[in-house]
Amino acid sequence: MTATASQAIGRPNGPKPSLRRGSSRGSILADRAATAVLWGTGVFVLLLLGSIIVHFALAAWGVVSPSFVLSDPSDSVLGGVLPVLWNSIYMLALTMLIAVPIGILGGIYMAEYAGDNALTSAIRFAEEAISSVPSIVVGLFGLILFVDEFHWGFTALGGALALTLFNLPLMTRLSEQALRAVPQEERTASLALGATKWQTIRHIIVPLAIPGLITGVILTAGRVFGEAAVLLFTSGIGTPPHYDFSNLDLTNPASPWSPFRPATTLSVYIYKLQSEGLGIYRNQIIDGAAAILISMVLIFNLGARFLGRVLTRRLTAA
Amino acid sequence: MAQISTTNRVAGLRATPSLAERIDLPQRVVFAAAASMIFIVVLLLAFIAWQGVQLFVKDGVPIGQILSPTWQPDSTSPDTNFGLLPFIAGTVFVTAIALVISTPLSVGLALFLSEVAPHWARAIVQPALEIFVGIPSVVWGWLGITILVPFLSSTFHDDLVLSLPIVGDVFRVPGFLTGFSWLAGSLILSIMILPTITSVSFDAFRAVPQELRTGSLALGTTRWQTIRHLLIPSALTGVLTAVVLGMTRAAGEALAVQMVIGNSPSLPAAITQPVTTLTSQITLDMGNTVFGEPWQDALWTMSLVLLIISITSVVLVRLLNKRRMAS
Repeated sequence: MTATASQAIGRPNGPKPSLRRGSSRGSILADRAATAVLWGTGVFVLLLLGSIIVHFALAAWGVVSPSFVLSDPSDSVLGGVLPVLWNSIYMLALTMLIAVPIGILGGIYMAEYAGDNALTSAIRFAEEAISSVPSIVVGLFGLILFVDEFHWGFTALGGALALTLFNLPLMTRLSEQALRAVPQEERTASLALGATKWQTIRHIIVPLAIPGLITGVILTAGRVFGEAAVLLFTSGIGTPPHYDFSNLDLTNPASPWSPFRPATTLSVYIYKLQSEGLGIYRNQIIDGAAAILISMVLIFNLGARFLGRVLTRRLTAA
Repeated sequence: MAQISTTNRVAGLRATPSLAERIDLPQRVVFAAAASMIFIVVLLLAFIAWQGVQLFVKDGVPIGQILSPTWQPDSTSPDTNFGLLPFIAGTVFVTAIALVISTPLSVGLALFLSEVAPHWARAIVQPALEIFVGIPSVVWGWLGITILVPFLSSTFHDDLVLSLPIVGDVFRVPGFLTGFSWLAGSLILSIMILPTITSVSFDAFRAVPQELRTGSLALGTTRWQTIRHLLIPSALTGVLTAVVLGMTRAAGEALAVQMVIGNSPSLPAAITQPVTTLTSQITLDMGNTVFGEPWQDALWTMSLVLLIISITSVVLVRLLNKRRMAS
């Protein structure tokens, strides 16, 4: 709308406005040039993303196959990524298991209870501070706390806890936004019917905020899945041994189900291979692993959008 | 029927709340969840600060030494010296050039999304940006190693010289030897922080009231004049906030930078030469040093410096926001 208005005004042979600047030839040219440049930035970003996706699709061609996904790592032959992919999924699940409840509960406090006081602003400051701390420093914090102080060594649990505290601010903020988006009338109506504050939150607000909450969970999951710097010094960087998935003993560090074992993830494996890998298949393996990472990111992103849209439609139509 | 209504009334008018209501367990639980972040920050600051000062306290290195340009951490060498200047300067320089490249691009993109793009274009570009955010840092680093670095070294291999007839060489930038360089790091970072700067500036532009735009256009200005003379000044603090947030991300990014920067622990000489940063050195050395030895203590000091940088920027963003609220 504004675009058509400005075009109509800026047209040189239109009704001549007596106002300054508006219709001088130079300013119209400048406007056209600026419009072209701004369009250029949008096109640039799309081209860049498109070429990255095409690049990895081509690079992964002939590398990523069922046997690549399902075999053990090696870079002297075209080894697979099974244990590291498993670890990525395992770490994601473990992290989300801890981070989602705390994040949503924290979001409930920030959206429904937090008053305008010093305590709230301290929480907000902490939230911003953690988000701005470099991931490598969070990893070092995990190293000193879980690996050294607790004497756990490199464990999946230590890595998941470090990932949790790194992503808690994001999860809390996204939950808060989702809850705040619920219209105020819903609260007033529920309270007017005699429900307590907690009943209102549990039975009215949280259900209404579910689409937003799920989007928040998936966006956080996308970030957790690709993270490597936090994990280098917490869950370890060693090439995993062959995993025996029938070993269900959670306390046994040899079991791939146990949280008390080193867990090199897909991202960490890429980092490790590029820095110390010597095998001739190194580059192909990294390309394949990176392609899997990128596809997961795409799936998380599109999944969050799709699920959010479907749930919103279903809930608002009801 | 009558009985039910009586009990209801009695319950509703009860003067003293029940025990469950008085304790309000749910409120305590959600409060604990939110307040855990304060606990985490305090713990993190305490641990990193404690480890970070060991270099001075336990190893007796004078504080001033970290500002020297010589990095000789090996205790077997006769003249160990823990100068962190190359790392601090590297972080500052690499971040600065990343901002120089990324800010115009990101602010332009934010303006495009907020002022120019028709609905369909925004519906394509915004999701694309979200995917950019999700691309892991190791993947950016790998793209840097396999595409950017070879491109730089093969395309700009020769020295770049600007010479005039009489004056002679005005300036000379050495060509890329390997491509692993300050510029490679800055270029990768500039793409990585693009979504951050774009989305925060986008919000700042959207926050400018629509009436101001309509008013300006009604006065006969072109869209570009409205952007330049109205939108950018009104959204300036928001855009600055965006740049500070981008800077924080750039200074703290570890793996992607480490992979393309060449990791040479000397002061940055030219944009085409290898440099190093705080994050890269920590990433490289932490696994190869022994807990408690001065070398590793120096790495903890580096992470304390990083922590100070990030906390400072949080305070800076808060001040900028306060200014925006006030105006």
